[in-house]
Amino acid sequence: MAGFVLIAVAAFFFPGVILRTKSIASGRKGPGIFQPWKDIAVLFRKGSVFSDTTGLIFRIAPSVTLATVTGAMLFLPFAEQKAVLSFEGDFIMFAYLLALGKFFTIIAALDTGSSFEGMGASREALFSMLVEPAFFILIATFAMFTGYTSFSVIFNHFFITGNDYVLIYSIIGAYLLVQIAMIENSRLPVDDPKTHLELTMIHEVMILDYSGFDKALIHIGTYLKFAIYGSLIYNLVVPAGWNVILQTGLFFAVQALFAVVIGFTESFRARNKMNKNPKFILTLSSIALIAFMVILILTEKLA
Amino acid sequence: MFGSTAFLVILLLSLFVFAVPEWLKYYFTLGLLTAGIALSTSWCTGVLPDAGQTCELSLFTAATGTRMVLVIDSLSAFFILVINFTVLVGFLYARGYLEPYRARMNALRFSIHYFSYLWLWISMLMVVMVRDGLSFLIVWEIMALSSFFLVIFDAEERSIMKTGISYLIQMHVGMFFILVAFLIVQQDTGRMSFDALGEYFGRHRNLPVFLLFFAGFAIKAGFIPLHTWLPEAHPAAPSHVSGVMSGVMIKMGIYGIVRVLAAMQSDLLVTGVIILIISLVSGVLGVMMAIVQHDLKRLLAYHSIENIGIIGIGLGLGVIGQATGNHTLSLLGYSGGLLHVLNHSLFKSLLFFNAGSVYLAAHTRNMEQTGGLMKRMPWTAILFLTGSLAICGLPPFNGFISEYLIYMGMFGSLSGANLFHSILIVGSIAALSLIGGLAIFCFTKAFGIVFLGEPRSDQAGHAREAGKSMIYPQLATAAMIIFIGLGSPLVVKPVFGIVGQIWNLGAQPLVSGAFTANLAQLSLAGGIFVVTVAVLLLYRRYHLSRRVVETGPTWGCGYTAGSAKQQYTATSFAYNYNHIAKPLLQTRKEIEEIGEDEIFPHGRKFLSHSDDLFKRHLVDRPVDLVSGLLKRIAVMQTGQIRHYILYAFVFMLLVLLLAMLKII
Repeated sequence: MAGFVLIAVAAFFFPGVILRTKSIASGRKGPGIFQPWKDIAVLFRKGSVFSDTTGLIFRIAPSVTLATVTGAMLFLPFAEQKAVLSFEGDFIMFAYLLALGKFFTIIAALDTGSSFEGMGASREALFSMLVEPAFFILIATFAMFTGYTSFSVIFNHFFITGNDYVLIYSIIGAYLLVQIAMIENSRLPVDDPKTHLELTMIHEVMILDYSGFDKALIHIGTYLKFAIYGSLIYNLVVPAGWNVILQTGLFFAVQALFAVVIGFTESFRARNKMNKNPKFILTLSSIALIAFMVILILTEKLA
Repeated sequence: MFGSTAFLVILLLSLFVFAVPEWLKYYFTLGLLTAGIALSTSWCTGVLPDAGQTCELSLFTAATGTRMVLVIDSLSAFFILVINFTVLVGFLYARGYLEPYRARMNALRFSIHYFSYLWLWISMLMVVMVRDGLSFLIVWEIMALSSFFLVIFDAEERSIMKTGISYLIQMHVGMFFILVAFLIVQQDTGRMSFDALGEYFGRHRNLPVFLLFFAGFAIKAGFIPLHTWLPEAHPAAPSHVSGVMSGVMIKMGIYGIVRVLAAMQSDLLVTGVIILIISLVSGVLGVMMAIVQHDLKRLLAYHSIENIGIIGIGLGLGVIGQATGNHTLSLLGYSGGLLHVLNHSLFKSLLFFNAGSVYLAAHTRNMEQTGGLMKRMPWTAILFLTGSLAICGLPPFNGFISEYLIYMGMFGSLSGANLFHSILIVGSIAALSLIGGLAIFCFTKAFGIVFLGEPRSDQAGHAREAGKSMIYPQLATAAMIIFIGLGSPLVVKPVFGIVGQIWNLGAQPLVSGAFTANLAQLSLAGGIFVVTVAVLLLYRRYHLSRRVVETGPTWGCGYTAGSAKQQYTATSFAYNYNHIAKPLLQTRKEIEEIGEDEIFPHGRKFLSHSDDLFKRHLVDRPVDLVSGLLKRIAVMQTGQIRHYILYAFVFMLLVLLLAMLKII
């Protein structure tokens, strides 16, 4: 349960930290740390405008997507506590639930009949498809290294093996997760959420027609997803056996660091050219294969 | 004894389809079908709960003294249930689907159609029940013939007849392989039967005969590169037939492979690796080719190849598990594969039925001509969405359960594995996840382009919802999909039992116990998800009821005169992807460039087309080569008697010469 609650709390600060980092890095005064949530409060107060073309799918998609994200949160452990739901193979459910959310986001964009949104949908479908193998190879290395197939148990046993070189693997894994999170949440270098031209957007163009309540749900989903990946990264670098109070502090520190990294990346980096993106994403799969090699060496299968 | 007599009566009565008056034909066939299904299902009830039981029925004794015996063990029972459900649903659906054809086709055509449908069903039942090799080949042949007649039902178009013939030829190539394999077994053991396989495999190398069987069955199942008939025949057939063919008939190939695998005793590792690699290739390439299709039914046909690949991955893992002594891997792999047989029969037939409804309503299978059908056909759209989510393997639908089992087999076997095994498994995991991602790409495209947005043609704009008689049977299939998705322990446990019994897996009770607990958790997670969605939607409704809700045009970037033609099409949706996959798919474009001196360009056409590489190089090329050669030889056929006499004379001279030289 702790994992679930902590992710929800972290999601509360996450977008604000990114925003502050970007403001400071670009020398602006910028909005306050809670601005994103204030925006959401505004959205909740507002009414909605729906396109005539849209139908049922467009209306249910944000709710379904948010439900997939909260569902995925149930599988993440914290410290030595088990996650709310923990069973063998829960990470498969985790990944496929998030994919279900993607599915609905994509068809909701197609529901508007807009060529812009169709374009965004096509790109999002392609990129999230390409990133899938990287994530699965990564969790395969988890399973191979620890011999378990559930997030809770894997992270509990991650550092117990007594092999100090695990840290090398943790770092590669954390790097991969940061990149996967950036792609899954449509941030730089694959997509730029602050771009102003529909033709160059991916995720933003898909949700152009949303307003009010539904848009708020979409934003909440994105923030939670950031915190979910942050929590995965945290579990990968901090041993589960440490003191719980210390860990709570570290949890927020890691989340904050993750947000700052995103903020800095977005301040100092340009977005990839659109047709470079597939190559960029496929590179992640090869990095995941490096992680696999590291594990092969650690488990002494490859000497 | 009662059962076999009743079965024979049904077989005989099927002839009366030709005799009954036209208005009664459908109901007569339906009656026979229902009776037969009730009968054959009752045979299974005795076998299924207590795996290990078999039920024998002596059908008749031929004049030569050989008895035609039907043997039902738990594997047969599983397949019988799969066949019965989809065949019945398909036939119920057919009533509405065939309505428009009634006006333009005569009664005889319908009689032939119903008769073939009945016999396709009967032959499939017999395929999974007979053990004797000769009887097996006979019913296998009946299955190919009856499905051939079903495919060419709509053969006003020449292309359909051509497709049908090509299908028939390929089926016979497959049968030839099976025949040869059986003959080899008979040479050695004196018996031509599945039961003799174990004896043969005990004494000889397993791989060669397995490969022969595999080649034969894989043509039916549609493994790449033997799939070339599949994307042609499925779109040509009427939709209820495509549903049955893709849903269950191609699974007969899987059945055959499973029967042979169950008897194998050595060469297991190499067999497993071969099956696994062919299946991975089928899975990935199948879905890759599916994405670029414009024809909805052809897209679904390519997806059948992908799903056969997933089934094959399960079976391959099972064999590898047996070879390495890893019973958990075997159990999960085989069960995942078998369960996917059931799952695929449900969602694929559902999707084909939906595609049929779309075809009837919009008079086209070309996705570029459709659009906006969800508003016009809400039920069909929701059913198609259910099928799409299930085929992508997304929770909480049934496709996820079988993929979960296969994934679990792979993940679970990683920790103790050696280097080769680890690399193989991690590669398979990556491929399976890629298949999942590609399937999502494909079905967001199919659903989004066909059902969402604005209609791209007048026909699509005037589409009407399919009749109730077509919707209700599909609802039953959709209910099964959701039932298996949410109540998986209930279904997976019997499947574990069947697998444990066929392959004698000792660890079965232990593993299946632990796994049922996992599956229960999976159901719980699915349930939580469904409840969350429901709560969110209810709250949303309440929330919006107290706010101002307006409608307006879709945001057009300030441009207000956008038309339906400007929407993203199936081709443009796949454009990005096509760019990456080009080396493999060889998509061609036909476009006439605008000349420099052309000041006022005239109207132009743009065509894009993607060939099936395997079809081109494996079927079309050799056939062209042979027929080219034969055409050249045909110069000899002058039609003048004196030339023929000359040929005969030359031939006799040749024989004489050869005899003199003592060559013959």
